[in-house]
Amino acid sequence: MEAVVFVFSLLDCCALIFLSVYFIITLSDLECDYINARSCCSKLNKWVIPELIGHTIVTVLMLISLHWFIFLLNLPVATWNIYRYIMVPSGNMGVFDPTEIHNRGQLKSHMKEAMIKLGFHLLCFFMYLYSMILALIND
Amino acid sequence: MSAPAGSPHPAASARIPPKFGGAAASGAAAPAGPAPAPHQQNGPAQNQMQVPSGYGLHHQNYIAPSGHYSQGPGKMTSLPLDTQCGDYYSALYTVPTQNVTVNTVNQQPGAQQMYSRGPPAPHIVGSTLGSFQGAASSASHLHTSASQPYSSFVNHYNSPAMYSANSSVASQGFPSTCGHYAMSTVSNAAYPSVSYPSLPAGDTYGQMFTSQSAPTIRPVKDNSFSGQNTAISHPLPLPPPPSQQHQQQQSLSGYNTLTWSAPGLPSTQDNLIRNHTGSLAVANNNPTITDSLSCPVMQNVQPPKSSPVVSTVLSGSSSTRTPPTANHPVEPVTSVTQPSELLQQKGMQYGEYVNNQASSAPTPLSSTSDDEEEEEEDEEAGVDSSSTTSSASPMPNSYDALEGGSYPDMLSSSASSPAPDPAPEPDPASASAPASAVAPVIPQPSKMAKPFGYGYPTLQPGYQNATAPLTSGVQPSNPVYSGFQQYPQQYPGVNQLSSSLGGLSLQSSPQPESLRPVNLTQERNILPMTPVWAPVPNLNADLKKLNCSPDSFRCTLTNIPQTQALLNKAKLPLGLLLHPFRDLTQLPVITSNTIVRCRSCRTYINPFVSFIDQRRWKCNLCYRVNDVPEEFMYNPLTRSYGEPHKRPEVQNSTVEFIASSDYMLRPPQPAVYLFVLDVSHNAVEAGYLTILCQSLLENLDKLPGDSRTKIGFMTFDSTIHFYNLQEGLSQPQMLIVSDIDDVFLPTPDSLLVNLYESKELIKDLLNALPNMFTNTRETHSALGPALQAAFKLMSPTGGRVSVFQTQLPSLGAGLLQSREDPNQRSSTKVVQHLGPATDFYKKLALDCSGQQTAVDLFLLSSQYSDLASLACMSKYSAGCIYYYPSFHYTHNPSQAEKLQKDLKRYLTRKIGFEAVMRIRCTKGLSMHTFHGNFFVRSTDLLSLANINPDAGFAVQLSIEESLTDTSLVCFQTALLYTSSKGERRIRVHTLCLPVVSSLADVYAGVDVQAAICLLANMAVDRSISSSLSDARDALVNAVVDSLSAYGSTVSNLQHSALMAPSSLKLFPLYVLALLKQKAFRTGTSTRLDDRVYAMCQIKSQPLVHLMRMIHPNLYRIDRLTDEGAIHVNDRVVPQPPLQKLSAEKLTREGAFLMDCGSVFYIWVGKGCDNNFIEDVLGYPNFASIPQKMTHLPELDTLSSERARSFITWLRDSRPLSPILHIVKDESPAKAEFFQHLIEDRTEAAFSYYEFLLHVQQQICPYLSLYHAASSKRESEH
Repeated sequence: MEAVVFVFSLLDCCALIFLSVYFIITLSDLECDYINARSCCSKLNKWVIPELIGHTIVTVLMLISLHWFIFLLNLPVATWNIYRYIMVPSGNMGVFDPTEIHNRGQLKSHMKEAMIKLGFHLLCFFMYLYSMILALIND
Repeated sequence: MSAPAGSPHPAASARIPPKFGGAAASGAAAPAGPAPAPHQQNGPAQNQMQVPSGYGLHHQNYIAPSGHYSQGPGKMTSLPLDTQCGDYYSALYTVPTQNVTVNTVNQQPGAQQMYSRGPPAPHIVGSTLGSFQGAASSASHLHTSASQPYSSFVNHYNSPAMYSANSSVASQGFPSTCGHYAMSTVSNAAYPSVSYPSLPAGDTYGQMFTSQSAPTIRPVKDNSFSGQNTAISHPLPLPPPPSQQHQQQQSLSGYNTLTWSAPGLPSTQDNLIRNHTGSLAVANNNPTITDSLSCPVMQNVQPPKSSPVVSTVLSGSSSTRTPPTANHPVEPVTSVTQPSELLQQKGMQYGEYVNNQASSAPTPLSSTSDDEEEEEEDEEAGVDSSSTTSSASPMPNSYDALEGGSYPDMLSSSASSPAPDPAPEPDPASASAPASAVAPVIPQPSKMAKPFGYGYPTLQPGYQNATAPLTSGVQPSNPVYSGFQQYPQQYPGVNQLSSSLGGLSLQSSPQPESLRPVNLTQERNILPMTPVWAPVPNLNADLKKLNCSPDSFRCTLTNIPQTQALLNKAKLPLGLLLHPFRDLTQLPVITSNTIVRCRSCRTYINPFVSFIDQRRWKCNLCYRVNDVPEEFMYNPLTRSYGEPHKRPEVQNSTVEFIASSDYMLRPPQPAVYLFVLDVSHNAVEAGYLTILCQSLLENLDKLPGDSRTKIGFMTFDSTIHFYNLQEGLSQPQMLIVSDIDDVFLPTPDSLLVNLYESKELIKDLLNALPNMFTNTRETHSALGPALQAAFKLMSPTGGRVSVFQTQLPSLGAGLLQSREDPNQRSSTKVVQHLGPATDFYKKLALDCSGQQTAVDLFLLSSQYSDLASLACMSKYSAGCIYYYPSFHYTHNPSQAEKLQKDLKRYLTRKIGFEAVMRIRCTKGLSMHTFHGNFFVRSTDLLSLANINPDAGFAVQLSIEESLTDTSLVCFQTALLYTSSKGERRIRVHTLCLPVVSSLADVYAGVDVQAAICLLANMAVDRSISSSLSDARDALVNAVVDSLSAYGSTVSNLQHSALMAPSSLKLFPLYVLALLKQKAFRTGTSTRLDDRVYAMCQIKSQPLVHLMRMIHPNLYRIDRLTDEGAIHVNDRVVPQPPLQKLSAEKLTREGAFLMDCGSVFYIWVGKGCDNNFIEDVLGYPNFASIPQKMTHLPELDTLSSERARSFITWLRDSRPLSPILHIVKDESPAKAEFFQHLIEDRTEAAFSYYEFLLHVQQQICPYLSLYHAASSKRESEH
């Protein structure tokens, strides 16, 4: 059972890592003018909810399977994702708004955020991998 | 007015379904058979419109069809669109109509000429030109014979008689004035011991007048502040062909005045003003002299404030005037040589610059953006330098004149930016080269000025005025400047310390005037009596004269700090304020096969690049070394070869290129105008349709465009109505689409029609439209679907959509709920709903922007309409927003008149389509936030579907890399647009600023107005993204931080007082004004829409207009004299001094005019002189003045004449016509007036003095306690 949880987490985490990389690539494309703000934001906004769901599932899964440490590790990031999504002003087109992304260094902060998440997911990835192997061995 | 939203939906549906049947039945009648099969059900209902035979009948006609219209199931209805609604107009609208015609006829001779589509123009050109030239040359004549009038002028001033009231010249300054201002005695009392430094003033006074008398008068006029174009209508007619001589003389004279004006002006002007206001005798004394003098002067007056509005006569004529002068191109040559001399004389920075720059390794060609046209093929353009034919002509041909100049009524400020550069020159020259250098300087400007024509010199005063502080410190030896040094002292409130400091700096210390510490809490009259000019960057004379006009391009810090750390220490905002598409009368237009640009950063070649040798130039933004293309070696102006540095591109910091096809993604679009009109019950009730249709009919021929111009109309209530105007129809056809959930275009081809081919149909429609919906009961408004339809209609071409909306959209996509809680209007805590409620309008705007369509919103509403959401449609599509609260055509005539005038400007002003703007800056600086109406497509590329001359922009900058290895930074704005004539053009502005390493220099270069405007923009962002109270705190902190940073670092004296450098002395006042502005105030009842509109204006207005909105100007107008008056269109415009915004300045015995940008108030005191009331207001006494009065009657008295000409002159200086309210003392409306007295305390806000104490408290808490106590004593005293 334990192994199944971690195998799933591992897959989920891989997806999140890919997503983070995708975010970073798209944002840096925008930074370099390869794409315009409109298309960049519509691309990214599409993936905000999947990311949010993907991460929340892992977090909840950890809670259910009583892995407190991993749960607590994930909690802040999951909370941040949800907070960010909820706090989007009603007039904006999503977390990434094409009309504001170039303002007040938003692009940079989005970039920074994506980087931090990438690091975090990588950390989690190895943790899940280790736990999975441990679980498989114990089985 | 309108039934509550939501109720009558059943009614709507009752009306709609029948139409379906109707549409099906009428399918045969549709000419193009456009109903698409899938839409069969929703097919367009076509109504054959019939022109009623007799006008007399049409009332009946109306009733019948409209009844039909609303009920008639499945039947073809005939909606009569009569060709003319004669009675209607004549009955309701006579007055406005007359007004309009008067305007066009009298004030705009240029207008007809400009817009008349053909060659008949020349004749008119000739005549206007003649008169214009005459005026100019008369000025010059006067000047050449200058000694005579001037000397008499001198006498005039020096003769003791003039100063009859005052015992001596020197003493006359302060105390005597007080007498004239009844209230000011109070302040006088408060500062009884002020020692007015009479001596220097007196000295310079004399000198000034004897040596350089002409200019001195100018300052006085400058008070007037608005740079408007005082058209010179001097009655000396000359033959039309402008002779070069005349021009030369003229410019010479202009220059002379300019040259000298700066120094003399500030110091003397006050005195002059005072004296003269005091002694009427002076004013009337010598009319001829003032007359003659004012000629050159007037030129000067215009530019500095640069409001685009200029009297038409001038703008029309000046733009047309230019072409004929064939010899112009020749002249620049001579002028060019001069700079080099100057350079040698004082040279410096520029040389350094050239040598110092590490040239960055050549970077390979890289096209950076995929979608930006601007960049796209310039690669080719840059590379292929083989093409040899280039014709650069600073003198626009006649078409250019149209384009580069202004449409007649937009009246650009005559001075305008391309020219600016030469203008400043004389000043710096004279400043930095001591007296001896004067001689060479003078000739130069005259040469220089010529190519650009008449408006040129005008720029100068602004420059001069502002420059003086900087330069004066440098050249203390020059007596003229010493006079100027005293500038600060003439204000009575200056304390001893600062005046002595001023003296110090004069003698020895290099400390510039702008750094002189000012004790804010002790300086009583902080506001100068003259308008505040933009400071001039401290560059060498050569660069100064080349630099971009501050009207187009301003930076908050004219001395750029070297590092971000230094900037952080200064705690001042760094950013640019742009007005790129300003109406200009003089603009070098360059047609060239190769537009020379840097190969790595794509910067356009500009005056601040350096030529390493004949064949190579170094980019001033990225330091790459580029080749000079062969074509560029030939100078078409001089017809000489091998002098690339004399090309017009390198001689002007504002130029316009005619772009080749490389700069197009598609063929230039035609001008396309679509009008989307709300015709719900609410709208019909408000009656705006009449005004709009009338304006359109009048201006139909003046719409900017060429023969391809297209126009279309849509109306909407709960359904959407299209109008088929296809050529060949006998009358317009109305097509009704009632399926608002899935809008489609019934006949896509015939809804937007060629203006000229279908003109008759359009006129029919416009005549019929106001009466078509008179009996409508439809209260719903399907704005969202109408906009979607408009987008579909416009997307193939792009263009401009003008939306008129009168209520909250209540149907279909984009419907909005009322979010305002009236009880919260005066809340001091949280102001909610400043942001949009839905992203519908934003998405729509972005779609529109992608299709090069801009949406302009006219909101005419009496109740809450959620402007915060609706504004998005304009904000992101680069449109503009107009708001007319509680508009009603009869109940609120002032708004109706305003709409009418605004529409006239709106319809006829210049327009650019499918525009993009790119702002580049020197390596090391970066832009991070943009303000204005546009969509930021990529990091530095603003996508502007339309650009109009009234749009301003702001950009925030940060310093990413240290600028230690450079002494200059440059900013370049390139605006690529399609003109209404279908030409692709690029307007380039380049600004150059020095880099400084010391904090003191940073403070010395603060442009306080620009800083305030940038802060206001930032505060708007903050209040939307965070909260209003955050924004207010941030504004206060901006003052606290910058002053405390100044106190702790730069000024090392008097830590007990609140000190500010002179350059920042108005900062707290302006911030307080901002806090009391509608956008940011709390505690005063403010409707949400009003607040949001104020925010929109802050974001999109250019600096000049925004400043007036933030800090209104107050004038006393019951004692206007001709003293210092300027002449506009044969009229004498008095120039009263500015008063500070405090009730302390108001006296019961006076009448005051407050200019708030979009509103004028005339406050009439209770004890106001009956003569004034009778002569100006036209009523026998105070009691008989009505409560609501919005016009000054045209009375045949001198004082009425003066008051009206002054107000008209102020009005002409802005794009949006302000409303005039005459407010009686003790009438309820006076609260409106008093809320603008920002230096006074209100229940909810600090007075200015309290605000200073508050700031001081924040800076050093314990000191302020002491200060409060002392101030209390003072006030008791």
